[in-house]
Amino acid sequence: MKKLKKSAINSLISYGIVILAFIVCQLTINAGTMSRSLKGQMIPICVYIVMAVSLNLVVGISGELSLGHAGFMSVGAFSGAIFSAWLLEAFHIESTVIRLILSMLAGGLFAGIAGVLIGIPVLRLRGDYLAIVTLAFGEIIRNVMNCLYFSLDEGRLHVSFNNPVLPGKLIVNGPTGATVVQKLSTFPMGFALILFTLFVVLNLTNSRSGRAIMATRDNRIAAEAMGINVTKYKMMAFVTAAALAGMAGALYGLNSSTVDPAKFKFDTSILVLVFVVLGGIGNIWGSIIAAALLTVLPELLRAFSNYRMLVYAIVLILVMLATNNPMIRSLSDRLFHRKKPAARAQKGGASE
Amino acid sequence: MTQSTGKKRLLDTKMVPAPSQGIIPERDLLSTPVLEARHLGIEFGGLKAVEDFNLIIGKTEIAGLIGPNGAGKTTVFNLLTKVYQPTMGTILVNGKDTAGMNTVQANKLGIARTFQNIRLFSNMTVEENVRIGLHNQVKYGMFTGIFRLPGYWKGEKRQHEKAMELLSLFDMQDMASSRAGSLPYGAQRRLEIVRALATNPSLLLLDEPAAGMNPHETEELMHNIIKIRDRFQIAIMLIEHDMNLVMGICEGICVLNYGRIIAKGTADEIQANPVVIEAYLGKKKEG
Ligand SMILES: Nc1ncnc2c1ncn2[C@@H]1O[C@H](COP(=O)(O)OP(=O)(O)O)[C@@H](O)[C@H]1O
Ligand SMILES: [Mg+2]
Repeated sequence: MKKLKKSAINSLISYGIVILAFIVCQLTINAGTMSRSLKGQMIPICVYIVMAVSLNLVVGISGELSLGHAGFMSVGAFSGAIFSAWLLEAFHIESTVIRLILSMLAGGLFAGIAGVLIGIPVLRLRGDYLAIVTLAFGEIIRNVMNCLYFSLDEGRLHVSFNNPVLPGKLIVNGPTGATVVQKLSTFPMGFALILFTLFVVLNLTNSRSGRAIMATRDNRIAAEAMGINVTKYKMMAFVTAAALAGMAGALYGLNSSTVDPAKFKFDTSILVLVFVVLGGIGNIWGSIIAAALLTVLPELLRAFSNYRMLVYAIVLILVMLATNNPMIRSLSDRLFHRKKPAARAQKGGASE
Repeated sequence: MTQSTGKKRLLDTKMVPAPSQGIIPERDLLSTPVLEARHLGIEFGGLKAVEDFNLIIGKTEIAGLIGPNGAGKTTVFNLLTKVYQPTMGTILVNGKDTAGMNTVQANKLGIARTFQNIRLFSNMTVEENVRIGLHNQVKYGMFTGIFRLPGYWKGEKRQHEKAMELLSLFDMQDMASSRAGSLPYGAQRRLEIVRALATNPSLLLLDEPAAGMNPHETEELMHNIIKIRDRFQIAIMLIEHDMNLVMGICEGICVLNYGRIIAKGTADEIQANPVVIEAYLGKKKEG
């Protein structure tokens, strides 16, 4: 019981810090002291924090490598954009908040379905097949989106492949992407999505299912001998992460008037993976800091013009040193969880 | 005793018993044997690691599996727990054929084990290790866990109570929140037993449970193995090199050499068997 309380207190502290950060940001925005370019970065920061935390669920907590997280973001962005347009046309839902929430849920749902479709065949296998397949998935989604056309005709949705001639108003236009998106995303909603993501990931890790997920990561053979269905729990982590990435994608897609499929390239997947690795694999807190810092950095570094990439690289190294520093690690572990990435090293292997 | 065993078994199961099946304690004669292996075998690229392995274990029997290093003892455990699929033979657990099952299903059917090379979840706490053993005993779903529904609090409380109760068997309650990997060797072996026991097995397989323990710990382990059997009324099969332990608590002993059973019997019979002495006890210094 004592332990239960401790993890609950740790979670509360984490939520507290995030809420505090939000209040500070919101106050600076209201006071007008935040620069325009930084203000424009607030929603992308939220998006990338959710992306990094959800990817950490796969890489850190379940110990599988995924190289196509941006693919789920893409699915979420497009389904969110289409869904929001459809909601307006077919149901005349005017409230932007309700439409945004429903669109994020739709994004999460479709990305989750994509996660199931990938996970079912791949997560049965032992070994790093997931990395290869998710890598391919990210590229396939991008190419598919290049050829997909959606249109709305009096509340009815039309789809075609490689054929832009559709009845009604074209809302997704192949390589140009979703064009007439209404900007719905707000910073408070982004913040709410971060809290929701933290809530899901932290509560999941501190539950029966989460312990099973970590058991499969730490020692697959022992986990199976304890009657834990490894595929099921790897799926659980993977699909949850995909759904969260889909919600982040919807938030991202509805943040501008167009959604360009080229946005969700392999580079984006790797960028999110970099956040996770820099923040420390399995370290949720580290993911948040790395994602926030490295998303705003390119903007902040404009002053350095020519030396921008150099400074960026130096900051990367500093973040890596800091988040993997034993003192800071143990502090953040105490703040968050005790799960250490070292556990990955003993993963799998043949039985004795 | 072996003779009469065979006859009685014939009477109540109508199965044709394989030759020289095993020593079942008299108290278990009327219950379905917890394990029955028939002509079990496996090859690794031409090497017959285990061949024609036949064994019956009674419902509350403590059985021993001994033999020189590399004889195939651990491989037998891996076959029984379906880590390896046998290339020959059948395994019945509580009368059910396990053909085509995997490790998870074998565990759900009632086989739990410990590992010769300790396989704890070493970055988790002692209690969490036991809770993972309780995975299929105290259940609640993923959404109940995420949204902290009443089932979560009930389940967590139940898991905690059960874990502490099991840990107290080995006087390990005080270590509940230590990291499993930080425990001394002997305690890690005990924790593996507790974790296996948490899965509520009918047959507990212990792979060299006394390895690395001092004589005092081994003595305690012997009492605890008997205590576990008496309290949970389950069968225990153990692989062990410590002859005091094996001869002291095993009711039936099976000797393996080069993948084949070379003798079966009680402690006295095994100790007097010249084939065993030559194959195993004679080479004791090596082991
Ligand atoms: N996965 C495997 N692949 C190939 N050979 C194996 C495998 N597992 C066990 N063996 C071989 O089977 C034999 C028996 O090993 P083992 O069961 O570990 O012996 P022990 O009686 O000491 O526990 C050894 O010769 C070993 O090399
Ligand atoms: Mg062995």
